Amino acid sequence: MSERENIFTRIREALSVEAHAHHGAGLPSTSDHRRVMPPVGLTMDERFALFAKNASDLRATFKLVKDAVELTAELRALRDTEKWQRVATHKSPLAQTHAIGLGLPTLVTDAGYDKHELEQCDVGISECDALVAQTGTIVVTSQTGGGRALSCLPPHHVVIARREQLVADLPAAFAFIRQKHDANYPSMISFITGPSRTGDIERILVLGAHGPKKLTILCL
Amino acid sequence: MSTPATQFNEDARRVAPDLRHRGIIQTAMGKYEVVRDQRKLWFQDWQGARNLAARTKFEAVNHLDQHLDQFARLLESRGTKVHWASNAQQGRDIILGILREKGAKVIVKSKAMTSEEIHLNNAMEHAGYEVVESDLGEFIVQLRQEPPYHLVFPAMHLTRGEIRQTFQEKLNDAPSDEPEDLTMVARRVMRQKYLQADVGITGANFCIAETGMISITENEGNARLTAALPKTMITLVGIEKVLPRLEDLALFLPMLAVMGTGQALTCYNTMYGGPRQPGEADGPEEYHVVLLDNHRTALLADAEQRDALGCIRCGACLNVCPIFRNVGGHTYGTVYGGPIGSVITPHLRGLTQWKHLSEASSLCGACTETCPVKIDLHHHLLQNRRNASQQKPSWWQKLVFKIFAPIANQPGLWSLTTKFGRFGMKLRGLVNGTVLDPAHSWTKTRDLPPMAKQSFKEWWKEQK
Repeated sequence: MSERENIFTRIREALSVEAHAHHGAGLPSTSDHRRVMPPVGLTMDERFALFAKNASDLRATFKLVKDAVELTAELRALRDTEKWQRVATHKSPLAQTHAIGLGLPTLVTDAGYDKHELEQCDVGISECDALVAQTGTIVVTSQTGGGRALSCLPPHHVVIARREQLVADLPAAFAFIRQKHDANYPSMISFITGPSRTGDIERILVLGAHGPKKLTILCL
Repeated sequence: MSTPATQFNEDARRVAPDLRHRGIIQTAMGKYEVVRDQRKLWFQDWQGARNLAARTKFEAVNHLDQHLDQFARLLESRGTKVHWASNAQQGRDIILGILREKGAKVIVKSKAMTSEEIHLNNAMEHAGYEVVESDLGEFIVQLRQEPPYHLVFPAMHLTRGEIRQTFQEKLNDAPSDEPEDLTMVARRVMRQKYLQADVGITGANFCIAETGMISITENEGNARLTAALPKTMITLVGIEKVLPRLEDLALFLPMLAVMGTGQALTCYNTMYGGPRQPGEADGPEEYHVVLLDNHRTALLADAEQRDALGCIRCGACLNVCPIFRNVGGHTYGTVYGGPIGSVITPHLRGLTQWKHLSEASSLCGACTETCPVKIDLHHHLLQNRRNASQQKPSWWQKLVFKIFAPIANQPGLWSLTTKFGRFGMKLRGLVNGTVLDPAHSWTKTRDLPPMAKQSFKEWWKEQK
């Protein structure tokens, strides 16, 4: 017998004895989650305000920009203050155009890349699948966000999002992922909530443990 | 000879009166308690959330065969190699086999308690591989050659000064004892390792049956990089970690964060469903998932304690446990410490050797009250005590109860005994503080309160 069969045999034998369901039997419906989970505002304005507050508590930068012109101006200001030398991005209508517009050497990850080169980039500019108001989270996938490392290896991650990508809460974010990717899930789906952090030394917060020290979300 | 029980007693005796240790733990826990409680209030109905989580885990574990089968099949259908390990040895052999086949040299790991459970690092180092723990806390304890102190905060017991000293000795790089500077040292070291590593090994917090994905919860981004850069990725995970549906994560991810660290969500919650897929920029060429039993099916067979398999390893029960806070994480001598460790270790490693852990409890129930998936922890400790005494009754306990039972059953004999006791208390004054004192093991660290001058019954008679 294979080890797989051995394990399944033990599992089925074990489960032949029924356990008492102390907290009620039956799988609860996922629609019950929203009833207990943290509240989110009803209007879009409230939700944007909630996202902005969460982002600021997480020490991420969140800016609503009017149009492509303002977006370009924000990115150029970041380029100049942080003295970016090299940027990384991926094939995408928003991120790629704006990254290239910075006039710096640009690594595009889609077709594969040298990881040492990505490590040398000062910023990774990507798009995202969704913004989650409830937690200040952005959802990035390996299909739609330039792979697994673009949003994690460079010291600064800039996300370019659109207003209509804001969803209210985590249940809505998962429902959205299911609807968008059900036929072919990306090999990685990451819920990013603020810049990388650690509290492993005396529980004191330090940003940029391994991932980006800075997270900027620019929303058109 | 040192047994786990004598070792526990020795270490507990040493750590409990250590005021420095106590100070560190109180400070860390104090900060945690404040944010955890704020976050619980952030939920509309925290107790309702616990109920939903408990029911979901109960259903998941009680249909483990179906969920596990679906999970493995879906992973395989997208190019993942799924391996099955009945015990620790098989788990190690499978992973060493992959490393050999890949000709690996450098291996980066993100936090995985399952790897501690099967002593994977030891095995890999013995086989000549360079293994680097990438989680900062794990990295620190690895440098110090210590086991993790806590499920969630492996280096919780260390001060910044001690960590600086460790970095100075082992890395020759410790600019100051500021947490920021020390973290940046680790970041620099790890960056190089990530670029060199041939294989990345991770654990997993959840296995989503319905979509064939694992989910990893972390803050640092070390697991993200472990899963992104090396050409081969391996995930070692216990078979009990299944959740039926993708949407279940909407509930479990914030609950794990709230109880684990007091955050709303940790920084990165990432689902992986296979190696690099066609059209994707990067990711491992090969993905292996090793599913570990290692006595989990024995716990599954104990219907009374089956709910303990629902544990999400948040560490909340450790944090509230008066025993854990007094004796510290290392005293347990187990991979899983605190109340949950005391419950499951006898199942994983044998009741006879580990039954003393069931006594390491005041049965206050704080663990049960805090557990986000409502595991009946303190009752399970009682059940383990019962099972241990049924398996191998202790002769002196039998003797004590043989004497005690008839006395307690006869009021005349009982009142005579309490009179003797009061008389004995007077005599005790002569031997107080010496080894001749029958209450010596109690009075070493505590006062023995004096017995009342009369019993309630005597007082009642007087009042009439």
